[in-house]
This record gives sequence, C-alpha cells and structure tokens, in this order.
Amino acid sequence: MIPAGDRRPSPDELLRRLECEETDQRRGRLKIFLGYAPRVGKSIRMFDEGFRRKKRGQDVVVCAIQPRGAEQVAEKIAILEVAGTGALDIDCILRRKPEVALVDELAVNNPPSSTHPKRWQDVKEVLDNGINVITALNIQHIEEEQDAIERITGKRSAHSVPKSFIRSADEIEVVDVPEEELVKAGPEDSAQRQQLSQLREMALCIAAEVIEGQLQRYMDLHGIRQAWGTQERILICITPRSNAKAMIESGRRNAERFHGQLLAAYVEQPDLSREDQETLDANLDIARKVGAEIHVLQGANVVDEIIRFAQEHRVTQIFIGHTQRSRWLPFMRNAVDRLIEAAEGMDVRIFPQVQST
Amino acid sequence: MSESSPKSSPPKRGSLRIFLGYAAGVGKTYTMLEEAQRRRAAGVDIVIGYFEPHGRKATIEKTEGLETIPRRKVSYRGTVFEEMDTEAILARHPQVCVVDEFAHSNVPGSERAKRWEDVRLIQDAGIDVLTTMNVQHIESLNDQVWQVTGIRVRETIPDWVVEEADEIVMIDLSPRALLHRLERGVVYAPDKALRALENFFTETNLTALRELALRQAAHQVEDHRGAAGPSGSAEKILIHLTADPSTAMLIRRGRRVADYLQTECLAVYVAKDPQWTDVTPEERIAIEKHLGFARSLRIETTILTGRDTAKAIADFARERKVTQLFLGRHSKDARRIVDNARDLVITVAAARRR
Repeated sequence: MIPAGDRRPSPDELLRRLECEETDQRRGRLKIFLGYAPRVGKSIRMFDEGFRRKKRGQDVVVCAIQPRGAEQVAEKIAILEVAGTGALDIDCILRRKPEVALVDELAVNNPPSSTHPKRWQDVKEVLDNGINVITALNIQHIEEEQDAIERITGKRSAHSVPKSFIRSADEIEVVDVPEEELVKAGPEDSAQRQQLSQLREMALCIAAEVIEGQLQRYMDLHGIRQAWGTQERILICITPRSNAKAMIESGRRNAERFHGQLLAAYVEQPDLSREDQETLDANLDIARKVGAEIHVLQGANVVDEIIRFAQEHRVTQIFIGHTQRSRWLPFMRNAVDRLIEAAEGMDVRIFPQVQST
Repeated sequence: MSESSPKSSPPKRGSLRIFLGYAAGVGKTYTMLEEAQRRRAAGVDIVIGYFEPHGRKATIEKTEGLETIPRRKVSYRGTVFEEMDTEAILARHPQVCVVDEFAHSNVPGSERAKRWEDVRLIQDAGIDVLTTMNVQHIESLNDQVWQVTGIRVRETIPDWVVEEADEIVMIDLSPRALLHRLERGVVYAPDKALRALENFFTETNLTALRELALRQAAHQVEDHRGAAGPSGSAEKILIHLTADPSTAMLIRRGRRVADYLQTECLAVYVAKDPQWTDVTPEERIAIEKHLGFARSLRIETTILTGRDTAKAIADFARERKVTQLFLGRHSKDARRIVDNARDLVITVAAARRR
C-alpha cells in the first residue's frame, strides 16, 4: 500500500508543473462569454461587463460590434469609446493600447489581405501585447466540436476557433438561458427544443471541461494530489482473465452518464500464454473502440502499479474482476482485498469473472 | 384527451424554475428578479414570497414595483424570526411567486421543516415558482463539497426535489469576478467579506464548486430531454446499511450513481435477530437514522433477519434481481459479502477524507 501523501511527483507531474509556471506574466487576460446559440445574451453580458469596468475607471474600448442586435447594446456602448465596428483593426488597437478591448464575436474569418486569416489570431496578438480582451463565442464555432454539432443541427459554420485557444482563456463564463426562451413557436418547435437542449448541454459540459483543466493545472502546480471527483474518472483494469466486455460496457455507460473520462490499464505480465495474449489484445481492442484511453503499466506488483496510476490520474472509480480465493490459503488477502484497502478515496467496482474459467 | 377539466379537479401543478449557482454573490437572486420584472412587464401576476436582501443595493433595486408578501414572525426560544408566509401566499394566489433561498431550513416549530416543502405546497396550488440555490446544497454532493471546502453543509435538499424542477438555469460567474465583487464589498459587509475570503472563498474551492454546478446543470438539461432512454433499465442497486458513520456517505454515493444510471435503488439492514440484541442502543439509533435518511432520498428500505449477514444480503439481492451491491469499506462483513456474491457487481464505495 502506498501512503497518499508520501510520494515523489512523477516526471509527468513535474513536467506539467513546469508548463504551468511558464505562462507569460505580461500577456493580457482573455475572458470569453460562451453561449450555446444565438440570442442567449452573450453580447449583452460582454458589453455589460465593459460598461461596469469603464464606470470603475478602466480604459475600455469597443473594437468590434456585431451588426445584429446592436440596438440592444447601444445604451451600454454609449459611454464606451468605439475603435472599430466591422473588421478588427489590429494596428489601430495596438496604437491605442487600451486596458481592455471588447471584441464581440471571436469566430470571424478576416477579409483577404488581413494580417491574420482569423480573428482569434488577431486577438492572440492583442493579448501578447499586454491588452486584456473580453469576447463572446458561440459553441458552434469551436473547431473540435463542429462534427458533433453538425450531427445535431445538420449545419456547419464556416467560422471556427481551435479549442486550444479557448482553453488558454483566463476566464470563461457560460451564458445560460432555458432553451424554452429561444424556441420559436411553430410546427417544428419540438425538434427545435430538442436541438437547443443538446447544444445547451454541450456548452455546459465544454465550460466544465475547461474549468476542470484549470483546476487540474492549479492542483499540479501546488502539488495537491487528492481526487475531488469534480469530474468522474473511471479506470478499467484489464487482464486476460477479466470479463472485459461487461466491465467496458458498464464503464462506457458510467462515463457517458457522468460526462466523465474513461481510462483502461493493464499491467504487463511476463510469460503470457499465446491464448491469454490474444484475449488480452481483444479486450484492449474493445476498450479502445468505446473511446477509452489505454495505458500499459509496468511493475512487479500489479496492485501497487494500479493504485499509483489511479492516484496520479485522480481516478474516482476502479473497475476490476473478482479474483479466485486461494484454495490452500483462504485467509490470505488476494489482489482484490489489497486493492480495496489501498484505494481508499475511490470506489472499487468488482465484476464477476467469465463463467467458463 | 380533452384539455378542459371539471372545476372540482385540483389545479394544474405550478412549475418550478431554479436559478443555480455555486456561491453567494454570483447573481442568482439578481437574475431571478430580472426575470420577475420581465414577467411583470408582460402582464403576469407575480409576487415576491420571500426575498433575502443581504444589503445588496443593486439587487434591492430590482424588487422595485414588485408586490411583496409580508413575512411571518415566529418566536423561538425568546427570539423572533421572520419566515416566508406560505399561507398568505396561497391566499393571495398569484400566477407566479418568487422564493429566494430554496435550501433554507425553517425555524423549529414551523409548519414545515424546510422551505422546499413550502415551495411544493405553493406549486400544488397551481402557482409557478422561481427560486435560487447553490449546488452545495444538493444532498448527494455533500461529501464532495466537504472534501473540497472543509465545510459540512447542513441545509441540504434531496436530489429528487431538485431533479423535479421544470427548469434549471446556471448562473455562471468566474471565481475571479466573484472574488473581485467580494473585495469591493458588493457581496458582504467588509468584516464578513474578509472572513469569507479566508475560509470558503478561495479560488480553488470556488473553481471546484463551479464545476460541480455546471455538471449538475448539464445533467439536468440532459435528463429533462429524456436522453438517457427509458428509465427502469434492468439494473438495480442495493445499498448495505450498517451502524458505521460512513453509511451516510455510502447512501449518498449509491443514490447518486443510481440517479445517474437511472436505476432503481434499494437499501437493506441485516439484524442478527428480530430483537436486535447484538447492537448497542447507540448503534440502534444510528441504524434507524440511516434507514430514515435512505427513505428521505426515496430509497426503499428493508430490514432482514439472519445470523449470516453475507448470505442474507446475497439471497435478498438475488431474490430482488439486484445487479449491483454497494458496500462501505468499513463494513466488517465486506470481504465475506464479496466472496458470497461472486455473480454480482459489487461496489466498495470510497471513503472521502480531508
């Protein structure tokens, strides 16, 4: 058993800490208001924040306004300096050098012959010059989510922002309203409601995921190893003997329902029979197919390795197969007993073995 | 079926909308009052049933023009408390009622112990309710919240009450923005703000709670859509109750997993004999408390009698077609139960520590 607090950080952990410390202090802060559909009120929230900051004495400049819905924010914009409405004039912003730049709509393709093809690249340069940026973004424009969104809505936006840029934001806030308020009455309102609900769930999950990343970085940086379980992480321990199919199916469903992460690990064993090796490969293949992240561990003591890995990855649930009790030494603790004992802060879920063995 | 109903039938139950946050000061009440003002402007008959001003100027301004039902004075042990006047709300019978702080516990001696019970009564009368709460008040998150913040939240709401809400709206604010509000004295008076900053309001605590709130909201949006498919799947969870204090944690975890997997949830206690002679009076009180707690979370409880706990549980599980057993890691029978139920999935629940 490995005491939780008495462990040196692994090279992986150290690397993560270093990466965290490297962020440039002089970079401006990026704040994104994230919405799940047009008309949820992202722009209003953004200009509202600019308005309040201006009133508190910050040098706030509007650098881009969406033509649509501009009347709604006119009152807020009235006290703000407007340095641009259409295309983002990056040179102008850098010369003006405000404390805060408001950029309505982050996902815009710039006209040909612009400095950068995409507006988010402009924003990046503005940030690099020490200017804070507040912006608004619709999840339909997150590059990595566009396949999923196309499956829901049947449409794909031509404008996109990579997720890595969204993850680099210092702050992200979800602008949430019940989908009911966006549904337009008509013959298709039930299908509309269904779509909006799916998009809304996605936006909440994307925000949670970004925040989880921030939380993990913070914990890495401060050497906190506890698993708080804000996100469920399920680890399936795979062996040639285990009933992998049932475990993986249950793991998949749990991960899906909890919006969690699915991991699968096996500890390398010497001298596996050819039959066992084949079963193992087949099991790993099933895990891979349902989207589990596969890890191969090495070490003489299987239980120690699994616990070490689980703690490092802040796992919340470990799935293992029942182990036969020794016929000769029925009072000896077996691997399951030892794992249960060592995995104090995690749920241990034990699955029946395949009947035939 | 016809839409119209005879006059004698009870009114259509009022809907419930929860404005969900993760800490004081994120803007739940403010957003709720904004919604109330919008509805009033649209000609809806709306009143404030309960509002907690906390001395926040901008929020108080949002109540302007809204009718408020005066609070009821309740004296308890020589002190006068003010509570929501549910009877007066029912008598006034508006279309919509605004009720701040859903998780509030009423003063002892009140008609109902919890405000959420008052709210259900108001809904029963056909009145729509807008209310506010923080994620840390959800019963099944109690242990996680304690682990993250070090605080045992006492005012909890059973998950099923929250899940029955017709709408949930996430009131999001970044922890940094919240901390700034706190520093500027927008949330609390200066001395209280300082204490809050030192204890509960650290950026990590807030970040973790906020993530829990976002995930809760996402979960409810998904469930509301009926995305998990038909409920009542073949799975069934059985929780093994004991006198051990960690049983409360086990019940919360089992309930949470059952809710997320949309499975039925049962709980069982195994007594050695019908008179419970093998347990001390203290243990008996603890067991009865755990049985009551499970029932309050809508878990069906059964008391079995049997000399062999492991066998009694395994038999009961097979008889009731249970697919998954939930055990506490401190149960002295855990190992024997595992050995006796090799055909079942068994979860030995985590013990959270600080």
